[in-house]
Amino acid sequence: MAESNNQSAETKLSDVHKRIKAAFETFDNAANNTVDVREIGTIIYSLGCFPSQADLHDFIAEVEEDHSGYIHLDRFLPAMTKVLLEHKFPPIPKDLLLQAFEVLDKDNKGYLEPEELTKYMTQEGEPFTQEEMEEMLTGLADHERNVIYYKDVINQLAIDPDM
Amino acid sequence: MSSIRAALLIQRWYRQYVARLEMRRRCTWNIFQSIEYAGEQDQIKLYNFFGFLMDHFTPASSERNLISHIFRENEICRDIEWERYFCYKSIEVPESYTGPHLTFPMTFCGVSKLMEAFKHKQQLHARYVLQILGETWRLLRILPNINYVSVCHNQEITICGDLHGHLEDLLLIFYKNGLPSSEKPYVFNGDFVDRGKNSLEILLILFGFLLVYPNDVHLNRGNHEDHIVNLRYGFTKEILGKYRVHGKKILKLLQKIFSWLPLATVIDHKVLIVHGGISDMTDLNVIERVDRHRVREPTSRQWQQESEQQEWRGWRTSGSPASAQRHNPPRRSLHNLPISNQLSWSLEDELKRRRRLAGFDQSYGEMNKSESDSDSEPAGTETDEQEWKQIVDLLWSDPMPQNGCIPNEVRGGGCYWGPDVTEEVLERHNLQLLIRSHECKQDGYEFCHNRRVLTIFSASNYYEVGSNRGAYIRMGPDLVPHFIQYQASRTCRELTLTQSVGWTERSALRALREQLFVHKSDLISAFQEFDPNNTGMISLRHWASATETVLNLGLPWRMLRPQLVNSTKYGMVDYQQWIRELSITEPKLEISDTSILETMYKNHSNLETIFRIIDTDHSGSISFEEFRQTWKLLSSHLQTEISDEAIADLAQSIDFNKDGSIDINEFMEAFRLVDLSLKGRSTDFYTSQLVYMS
Repeated sequence: MAESNNQSAETKLSDVHKRIKAAFETFDNAANNTVDVREIGTIIYSLGCFPSQADLHDFIAEVEEDHSGYIHLDRFLPAMTKVLLEHKFPPIPKDLLLQAFEVLDKDNKGYLEPEELTKYMTQEGEPFTQEEMEEMLTGLADHERNVIYYKDVINQLAIDPDM
Repeated sequence: MSSIRAALLIQRWYRQYVARLEMRRRCTWNIFQSIEYAGEQDQIKLYNFFGFLMDHFTPASSERNLISHIFRENEICRDIEWERYFCYKSIEVPESYTGPHLTFPMTFCGVSKLMEAFKHKQQLHARYVLQILGETWRLLRILPNINYVSVCHNQEITICGDLHGHLEDLLLIFYKNGLPSSEKPYVFNGDFVDRGKNSLEILLILFGFLLVYPNDVHLNRGNHEDHIVNLRYGFTKEILGKYRVHGKKILKLLQKIFSWLPLATVIDHKVLIVHGGISDMTDLNVIERVDRHRVREPTSRQWQQESEQQEWRGWRTSGSPASAQRHNPPRRSLHNLPISNQLSWSLEDELKRRRRLAGFDQSYGEMNKSESDSDSEPAGTETDEQEWKQIVDLLWSDPMPQNGCIPNEVRGGGCYWGPDVTEEVLERHNLQLLIRSHECKQDGYEFCHNRRVLTIFSASNYYEVGSNRGAYIRMGPDLVPHFIQYQASRTCRELTLTQSVGWTERSALRALREQLFVHKSDLISAFQEFDPNNTGMISLRHWASATETVLNLGLPWRMLRPQLVNSTKYGMVDYQQWIRELSITEPKLEISDTSILETMYKNHSNLETIFRIIDTDHSGSISFEEFRQTWKLLSSHLQTEISDEAIADLAQSIDFNKDGSIDINEFMEAFRLVDLSLKGRSTDFYTSQLVYMS
């Protein structure tokens, strides 16, 4: 997918716009340049950003059309462009993520029990819903031992979420 | 690092991961949906083709036999005579038959026996099939167009959506929810057949329960309860495959039954249940009064709707805010088709006129229009038009987010209606909720229009294993819907989210590659326009633009590119190689003229539909002459040139067993696509994007 790296700022900007529009269009069911506000998080994440829930709330407040429940491309595009060009919600470096897991793994076992992870994910920080938690456990737990080997999981999920 | 900070990081990281999966899933969905709707669009083109036939029908032309062959109602037309024709009594059940034996009147045990048999993949004998269908037909004829139902104090009613031949979903619903009975009423909201492979079994079970509990089981007609739609989407094929001797009779009886299915159910005068939806013209009082069985084949009147749509076209392109074209520029090729100018008349009238000219009017002259229970031709008046439209709207419409009501060009029937129409229609009839089906939903159900419209869809894994859950509704006297979701198939429950997304994705890509393949020559021409110096290479941007122009599916080609194109160098695509790589067929046909082959492949599903229509005795084969005439007509409609000689050659080479007729199934088999191209490509659309952003 190597596109030429000698891009002028202009080309780079237009590419960013195209990327944003394509992601937006995926959820634009009626092809009228609006998406449901509940899909905005997915769109922003899919563009490679890692906002927190608080970040998302702030962003949405900026671009939503007066609590209509819809967000129009006209407002989304400039806001999102800014986010991308300024790298506002950068990815989490692998080592930091590993550190986070190690902090939760108080006994230094090298893995987390489902109950341990559940406790933190559903009670601390920006808590998961029950559905989110169930899905996480199904997806990340080792099938035989039913524990989460976080080092493996980090590597697995880093670039390619497939298998 | 504190544990709070750690938790925050992990949550943020994981949510991002899930969102990317969701994006992929949504993209895959869009692919399936756009191909599906493009298929439905094809159906419209087919009807336009028939319109074209009508225009070119002259008394002297040799095509007249073919056309009258297609449209002629050449049989008896009074119900009593039909009953005789459908009589099962002469059909013997041989000793060797190991399937279930039924006794009538139908009992709960009988239906249970039927279900058990179907679970064990047994097939019901044609005699019993005709018997059940005959009883069902008799019952349906006395049912009203709209079923008014009330939910008693300590009861709940169950409402199911599209089943589409997915027997395992129906059995799963019964397992989870219990079988229908007077304590457990059910509403089935249409689209019982097509696509899945157990359409007949589903019908027999539903009809069985209907016969046993006629006051507690309610069936609404769906747009797939229509024999013309069945020709294309698999039900006709299923019946003829399972019942080689009696299939034709069964199909004819089913045609009657479908036309007699009720159109709507209303619960406690508050909740309206219809298969598709409504329009701004929907009037239940009108619907209550129509002769629903006389408004035959809603699809056969598409031509007329075409002319209405021509008026809409002018209105829409003026940029009205209520216009909801799926994509800009208008990609629905309805605009570009050679639409007949004579569409303001009724099709039936025109048929009659031409037949009179051709001296074919005997069969119609004898039909008694005064017989109220016969299937005589509709009069073609204004009221008939309105009635027809009311019914089509109920069965084909889809909701849209914006206000207004516009023709549903994607489906080719019914309309798109907005929240204001919902409010108005519900208020006018003093209703509080509209429950409909017709559209596949990932979670099996979905609210819209301020929770005044609820879509319920009961066929899980509709597009592909893992694509969606099915759901059904339970509702008590408080009329608050409760949802139960499920997904049939053990395998897919065990899949993780990532795995099921991957699986569905691969399937969508396969379908997409097929589409690309059938448009090979058009693609090459489009690419060559961007490559005036014939270098064999074009930029990715041009590749995406050309592909969209040709395929008209409105898909994000740049995003999909890593999945579809292997050969890129410095941002350029070697398109000749790419086309070669796509996939090849293994045609059993030795035809020197490969462009015919391509045209045929591109139109193969249309051809199949046409063949099945021509094959009026449902024998599974058509004569050379019929084939030749069809092909000539289709090719002039498509404006391609094909010589008589080429057609003759083609016909002969297709006749594999050299008996002077063409076996339809063999013919279609010849075009099965062999997919060579899966060579270990990355299955993540967005890898490229992520790498770019980091």
